[in-house]
Amino acid sequence: MYHPTVARLTYRALLGRRRAFIMFGLPALLLALSIVVRALVGADDEVANNILGGFAVATMVPLIGVIAGTGAIGPEIDDSSIVYLLAKPVPRHTIILTKLIVAVGVTMAFSAVPTLLAGYILNANSQQLAVAYAIAAAIASVAYAALFLLLGTITKHAVVIGLIYALVWESLFGSLVAGARTLSVQQWALAIGERLGKGGYILSDVALPTAVVLLVAVTLAATWFAGRRLRALTLAGEE
Amino acid sequence: MTQPDTTTGTPPQLTKNIPAQGATDVIHDIGYRHYDGPRLGRAYARRSLYVQSLRGAYGLGRSARSKILPMILFGLMNIVALILDAVAIYAGTMTELPIDYTDYAFYMTPVLYLYIGSQAPQSVSRDLRFRTIPLYFSRPINQADYVSAKYAALTTAMFVFTATPLVLLYLGALLAKFDFADNTTGFLQALVSVAILSALFSAVGLLLAALTPRRGFGVAAVIAVLFVSQGAVSVVQGICFHQDKADAIGWVGLGSPTTLVDNIQSAFLGATPITPEGVEPSTAAGVASLAVCALIIAGCCALLLRRYRKAGL
Repeated sequence: MYHPTVARLTYRALLGRRRAFIMFGLPALLLALSIVVRALVGADDEVANNILGGFAVATMVPLIGVIAGTGAIGPEIDDSSIVYLLAKPVPRHTIILTKLIVAVGVTMAFSAVPTLLAGYILNANSQQLAVAYAIAAAIASVAYAALFLLLGTITKHAVVIGLIYALVWESLFGSLVAGARTLSVQQWALAIGERLGKGGYILSDVALPTAVVLLVAVTLAATWFAGRRLRALTLAGEE
Repeated sequence: MTQPDTTTGTPPQLTKNIPAQGATDVIHDIGYRHYDGPRLGRAYARRSLYVQSLRGAYGLGRSARSKILPMILFGLMNIVALILDAVAIYAGTMTELPIDYTDYAFYMTPVLYLYIGSQAPQSVSRDLRFRTIPLYFSRPINQADYVSAKYAALTTAMFVFTATPLVLLYLGALLAKFDFADNTTGFLQALVSVAILSALFSAVGLLLAALTPRRGFGVAAVIAVLFVSQGAVSVVQGICFHQDKADAIGWVGLGSPTTLVDNIQSAFLGATPITPEGVEPSTAAGVASLAVCALIIAGCCALLLRRYRKAGL
């Protein structure tokens, strides 16, 4: 179910050349922000919560998820070099699963790890905030990567649609309509963070069991459907 | 048209058009008729590029599929304005619009980001990717013409995008018979503000989009820069507010394009800031914002020119 060559190619497509700049830029900004804030304000749980919740989990994780998730397959479909990969005797579900594993790994490395570091810089993991947010970010990474990988196989405008979900749905509607929050990867992941963090700083609108079920269901369904899409893709390309 | 006289090697009408001494610099003349009509020149080519790019920013003159996204976003901008109008007109108890003109664009920032993020790359990335840039420069236009036409087109498109809902709001306010002077002032102030916003966002968006030939990647880069910088600035402003350092809020606003425009319109155009609790930036911070804004636009244009000096050649 894991193909090393596909993994290597995907990894290079994601982090090759200039692409890595955005990937490194976002975590670097988070860490810089944390250092500045810590120097100006000192250790403060409220402030740490604002930055980790408002910036790291709400902004950085979905953006990196969009870039890594769609970037793992989108460009290949776009310039139709995917045909050479599909011509090889590798099951389509294996291709998707491998690409998903790489996308999840990259998203986690560039979002969960910096979140943990930022948490330690901001308040030295007081109230378990750093660990809770890092785990929430890691879990969100899996769901985001699966979701945006699926988008990459469905449409050429995957980046735009992914960003519409991340910006308009999670940020804009999420702040206006309470119902939109129950259907948001961010809130599901925060439900797990809520359980781990102390002091009642992390809040989620979704109950923990619902969140876990939805996370697992969305990830599995998106992965399966992406594999299914890839099986149909060749026919559509040759027509 | 007469057949060229193959026995002598020179077609009759060419001997008429080309002076005798000019014939020496013809490398390869296979006898086609020359064009001696009027040539429309650089200005015409630049204007055509401008019009074509402006139409392209709304998907006009392109496939139906590329109309979907800009039209949906444009519709979204206007529908919210129409809803606010409807509320104002039919509620009957109101004396002013439920939203300030200057605030409107800032409530819709995600939509603005998506529009500039999707349309800036479509304007320049495809030319780079399909290597059509050398074809442009084989015409009378030069790099400066190309950059200025693309920039002017995107700024105009963005201005239309942000000003149309304001016009709708204004018409709604007039229909509801709200105070004419108040509304006209607010409307004109907001027009100036969205003009600055359009010029700034287009410069940043166009530069980032021109850096990569991949459309998807350009989209992500533009939105990441606009959205993340605003997110970071808001977080720091929130912290400044809670730490009772309200003076710093305006200065922190220099850190992102959105808050820059917010600073400018709060300082000079009578707007309510989007900062926490609506803390006003000082006049100094407003002047600095204006300067930084001008610097960013000039810098982006200079970098764009540099980018196209070598692009695709």
